[in-house]
Amino acid sequence: MTESTSSSSNLLILSLAFVSGFIIMSVELLGGRILAPYFGSSIFVWGSIITVFMLSLSLGYLFGGKLSLRNPSLKQHGAFFVLAAFLLIPLILFGNQIMEALFLVVEDPRYGSLIVSMLLFFLPTAALGMIAPYSVRLLVMDSNHSGHVAGTLYFVSTLGSALGTLATSFYLVLWFEVNQILITMGLVLFLSGMLAIYSNKTFHVNQATMDDPQ
Amino acid sequence: MKKKIKYWFSSFVLFFFASFFILQNSSAQRGIREIHQERSLYRNIIVTEDSTRRCLRFTMTRRTGQNQSCRFLENPQELVFPYAKMTLSSLLVQAEPQRILIIGLGGGTLPEVYHTLFPEAEIIISEIDEAVLRVAEDFFEFEQTDKIKVDIGDGRVYVKRAALRNESFDLVIIDAFNGEYIPEHLMTEEFLEEIKSLLPEDGMLVSNTFSTSRLYDAESQTYHNVFGEFINLRMNNTGNRIIIASRQELPGLNTLNRRAANWRNRLEIFGMDVTDYPRFMSKEIDWNVDERPLTDQYSPANLLNN
Repeated sequence: MTESTSSSSNLLILSLAFVSGFIIMSVELLGGRILAPYFGSSIFVWGSIITVFMLSLSLGYLFGGKLSLRNPSLKQHGAFFVLAAFLLIPLILFGNQIMEALFLVVEDPRYGSLIVSMLLFFLPTAALGMIAPYSVRLLVMDSNHSGHVAGTLYFVSTLGSALGTLATSFYLVLWFEVNQILITMGLVLFLSGMLAIYSNKTFHVNQATMDDPQ
Repeated sequence: MKKKIKYWFSSFVLFFFASFFILQNSSAQRGIREIHQERSLYRNIIVTEDSTRRCLRFTMTRRTGQNQSCRFLENPQELVFPYAKMTLSSLLVQAEPQRILIIGLGGGTLPEVYHTLFPEAEIIISEIDEAVLRVAEDFFEFEQTDKIKVDIGDGRVYVKRAALRNESFDLVIIDAFNGEYIPEHLMTEEFLEEIKSLLPEDGMLVSNTFSTSRLYDAESQTYHNVFGEFINLRMNNTGNRIIIASRQELPGLNTLNRRAANWRNRLEIFGMDVTDYPRFMSKEIDWNVDERPLTDQYSPANLLNN
């Protein structure tokens, strides 16, 4: 392993963390827009969306952390992005049908919006949540630096989240339709995933040193 | 370093109190007293009073805030705002509603006016904020009766459910504001289609708006896409505009003038001469038709208003 391959792969992982942070908050913000025609913009609609995002992220963190224990690789890391991209498809294609069906069945807009948020956002957000702890594992070379690595990663991904929120609410909704933004997010996730999978080969030496010794 | 922090901190504190004092003072100079303030789930609600009128407003700063609703202390029936009178003049287009839906309660002015005019009509008001209802009851003598009912919830959801129940309203009034403008999901083509489905053949939608710049074009184009021709009521002394849309053909100026003469006496108690209004009602397309209409997919309403 050379110094430069290590730092390029680190840069890639941090960039990908930025992308996932950006997209998580962008989708969350659009969630309010997506639900409003059916459930309104009452405070509990935002309550439902935020609850589901927090819940799915927390489970994603747990699961991603667990998966990082065995043979962590950029390939698997990239697979999370590709998975998240595919999990956005139902939201784009069937969002309205799902909301309409729920609207007919559940009269109380609090539980209606909560269930719909679960159906539409849980899986893609959980997949995006898996990325952060997995990235920490890929970045950590020795346990002494783990806190520093985690700090840098959270810095980058949360900065991405901040910019994702800002860009979406200030500009993206002014220029594009909700679905156009979601499709772009899906494509960006897919391409990021493919980039990571492709880079797995390039950084092969780097990865080999990180495999569990057993 | 410590000195610097102290300096900045004290400057900040000083600035804060100074602006507070200035804001307070500017209201006091006009003799405006704040008689109630509360922070609801959605906004700050402030009730103010001066020697002639009591007002409801929804904003953080008293200086820049717009009054949502006002009433004169001496003659509460007289309408304070041009927009309320403009809304009422829509009776020239379509009169005698039996069922009325009003989205947005405010101080409860419009429901009371319509109740005075049509005591037999059923009036339903969809209001998102329970605190607004409480304030209307406590400070603006608003009362729910068997003819005037308030549904607490989002207007969009109310309309969707009403459509599912096959309900119909002869008159729907959109008077919903969140302190800044109309909430985005109450401006889209899909929402107007839902409202249209509530209207019988001779039903009418009256919308209170005050858009400027690109939002004026987008809003007009949206209404036009859903209803076709509509009446645009804009007057010189106010930034408000009232959109009057109907499923049937809209009357021309002569008919409006004739009806205005008939309505004149009945509407006088509200402090308006309705014969002044027809000449400001126009069906002309005075907006940029190339502007993108608002949809559930694309509705950056407030951003377009800047």
